[in-house]
Amino acid sequence: MKKELGIFTLLFLLCGVTGAINPQFLSAVNLANNANLIGIYGIFSLGIGLVIITGGIDLSVGSMFALCGVLLPMALREWHWPWVVALMGSILLPMAMGWVHGTLITRAKIQPFIITLCGLLIYRGLARFIAKDNTKGFGEADGFTALKSLASGRLLQSFDPTTGKEIFTGVPMPFAILTVLAIVMWFLLHRSIYGRYLFAVGRNEESTRFSGINTRLIISSTYVIAGLLTGISGVLLAFYTNSVSASNHGNFFELYGIAAAVLGGCSLRGGEGSIIGILIGTALLRVLENLVNLLGIPSSLNFAVMGAVVLIGVLADQYFQERAKKNPAIH
Amino acid sequence: MRRIGKRFPGVVALDGVSLEVGKGEVLALCGENGAGKSTLMKILGGVYQPDSGEVLVDGQPVKINNVVDAMKLGIAFIHQELNVIDNLDVAANVFLGREPLIGPFRLIDRKKIYADTEPFLKRLGLDISPKTRLDKLPIAQQQMVEIAKALSLNARIIIMDEPTSSLTLSETERLLELVVELKKQGVSIVYISHRLGEVNQIADRAIVLRDGKNAGGLDRAEISHDNIVSLMVGREIKSAYVGSKAKKTEAYLQVRDATSSRYPGRKVAFDASRGEILGLAGLVGAGRSEIVKAIVGLDAQGAGEVWLGGQRLEISTPRHAINHGIYLVPEDRRGEGLVTSMTVRENITLPSLERFSSLFMISRDKEKTVANEQINSLKVKSPGCETRVVNLSGGNQQKVVLGKWLSMSPKVMILDEPTRGIDVGAKAEIYRIMRTMADNGALILMISSDMEEVLNVSDRVAVMHEGQITGVLDRIDCTEENIMQLAVGKPIPAAKLAFVT
Repeated sequence: MKKELGIFTLLFLLCGVTGAINPQFLSAVNLANNANLIGIYGIFSLGIGLVIITGGIDLSVGSMFALCGVLLPMALREWHWPWVVALMGSILLPMAMGWVHGTLITRAKIQPFIITLCGLLIYRGLARFIAKDNTKGFGEADGFTALKSLASGRLLQSFDPTTGKEIFTGVPMPFAILTVLAIVMWFLLHRSIYGRYLFAVGRNEESTRFSGINTRLIISSTYVIAGLLTGISGVLLAFYTNSVSASNHGNFFELYGIAAAVLGGCSLRGGEGSIIGILIGTALLRVLENLVNLLGIPSSLNFAVMGAVVLIGVLADQYFQERAKKNPAIH
Repeated sequence: MRRIGKRFPGVVALDGVSLEVGKGEVLALCGENGAGKSTLMKILGGVYQPDSGEVLVDGQPVKINNVVDAMKLGIAFIHQELNVIDNLDVAANVFLGREPLIGPFRLIDRKKIYADTEPFLKRLGLDISPKTRLDKLPIAQQQMVEIAKALSLNARIIIMDEPTSSLTLSETERLLELVVELKKQGVSIVYISHRLGEVNQIADRAIVLRDGKNAGGLDRAEISHDNIVSLMVGREIKSAYVGSKAKKTEAYLQVRDATSSRYPGRKVAFDASRGEILGLAGLVGAGRSEIVKAIVGLDAQGAGEVWLGGQRLEISTPRHAINHGIYLVPEDRRGEGLVTSMTVRENITLPSLERFSSLFMISRDKEKTVANEQINSLKVKSPGCETRVVNLSGGNQQKVVLGKWLSMSPKVMILDEPTRGIDVGAKAEIYRIMRTMADNGALILMISSDMEEVLNVSDRVAVMHEGQITGVLDRIDCTEENIMQLAVGKPIPAAKLAFVT
């Protein structure tokens, strides 16, 4: 809990400073936009976090976005699938890919890094091949509006009935979906048997196996869940960008997810992490990107700023852990 | 070392401890876990600095600020956990950090490093090539390589911390011979061991520590098991066999044709009844751990029939075994028995979480109740059930493993080296717990490489040799000689046995 508090303080301070320098940060439009992005990024980061807690890693997320991202508009516009079917497909495909990853990792005993790195390369290649390296847009696809409102609508948006002016800008759909998913995932990770097994497997797979737990199933299931969450946020992302360029849609997204999880207290050694931490980590990264824009910092420095903050975050965490070790009384 | 004192936050680890070791002398350092042996030796080895007292070498006071200082003084430390780099070869390990260099680019002189390693291996009577990778060698030889490294550093004092804890009997014999050999060459040895038989065999003197103080010293003639133990615990303890209360009943567990992937084709069969403790003795490497792992479904290639109470069980995963009440306390406590970063509560409930949950949500209160019950009944020394297991001592960690299974009413409890690395006091408690379990009707199967333990605890002893059971001894025939004879693969003629079926 202490870890989360530290990074939450950092987030709070950053928001305060940014808001003080540029009040636009706190404008309804900007906040809604941030919430929208936190929603999209948060959903897949939760999946990556889950995998990291078992001591694994998932590098294939960004390429899954690209593959599903080109297939979804093609399904709607070129193959004229009903939107429900297209939606299910975009979610089931990454789950299936996750299942393949999990199976290869637990049965063929290949390191998660390598399996998902291959995924990263293969899915990106397939996406570019299928899209013939073009950009795929939604245009006026059948069922487009229904999906679009699901993906980028606002909840509780309200207007003044007389003037027609907006009173409350509403909660962006991705943020609402993230909230629901995060609550479910919180119970799953922190209160359920499954969650307990995840932490146990992440820290000591052998002991967990000796306790009669099917560790292979536990580990591979996290890749399927990560696939599910990737699928959901992939749909949201495709509608957010509105057009999908096969060669760079979703580039680096897996790294945003890993960075958010690590900032939020997940250990790459496994066995540590929390849903709240991952959420705060995601929010911090989004706010950082936003403040780079708002404070007039050259946007080319974007990555450098993020990298520096993650670095400072883990260094500070290490420092406090060492201190706690030397002086167990504080612990 | 004179009047050494050392405190850590909250504890006084050493309180005016003195120790002396002469040239070419083997000094045994004994004491329970936590008595201060390791701290004292870490001060000598330069790992810790003393708060008070002084260290003298050749009569001169010296300051040992770090491990390098210790090396310069000729003090080498062979740790219990080996400090070898097992993906490098023997020579690279011996000369790590001191590689001979050659040429303008200061590359490693490969010819010289191998040639220089040879004489040290010879001196230890070690018949291996200096080009062998360490992970190709058994533990015992890896340890010899560490000793070779110490010799290459001109070590005059070698500290050995529990050097035989993972060696087989013959390897132990070899090591003890080596200690005697080194002693003849004028090297002083400080020998830390829980195995008093070894101390008895090789020590010229013994010093016993208790609670960070000198409890006493014993000369060669005075060294005996009873003398050491009474100094260690500060009171006379009777360590003898407590008979089984249970009357002998018919076979409850029957194992037939059990095999393990280590010795495919070698089949094991035995019977055991409720209320008894069946010891499983043998040399390390006899395949005992492998067989019990196969029985509880942890060996994918292993096979065999397991009958419990007349019923044939299908066991292909640990879960099946657990569902039938057959539990294994594995040899490697930290690696296989516990998730040490988790709390006592979480470890105890791990295999039976379904009991504590409804709709897959865990009730922590229910967990705490059961965890606290086990903590109290097993007298686990822990601040509470929310303490991380990593912060407990070895004996208490082992009690947590026992508590985990005891909370699930064991029918068959298999314990693999249940007291390895555990101090004398906690050992006695674990034996008591085992006996109570048996008296409550459980069947206990205990693997042990500690002869004393086998003799003191078992009601019967099955002895294995290279993947097969060479004999089962009834209580009356359980002698060190009989067990050893079976362990090396020689059957005992029925006429020599007192017990007749």
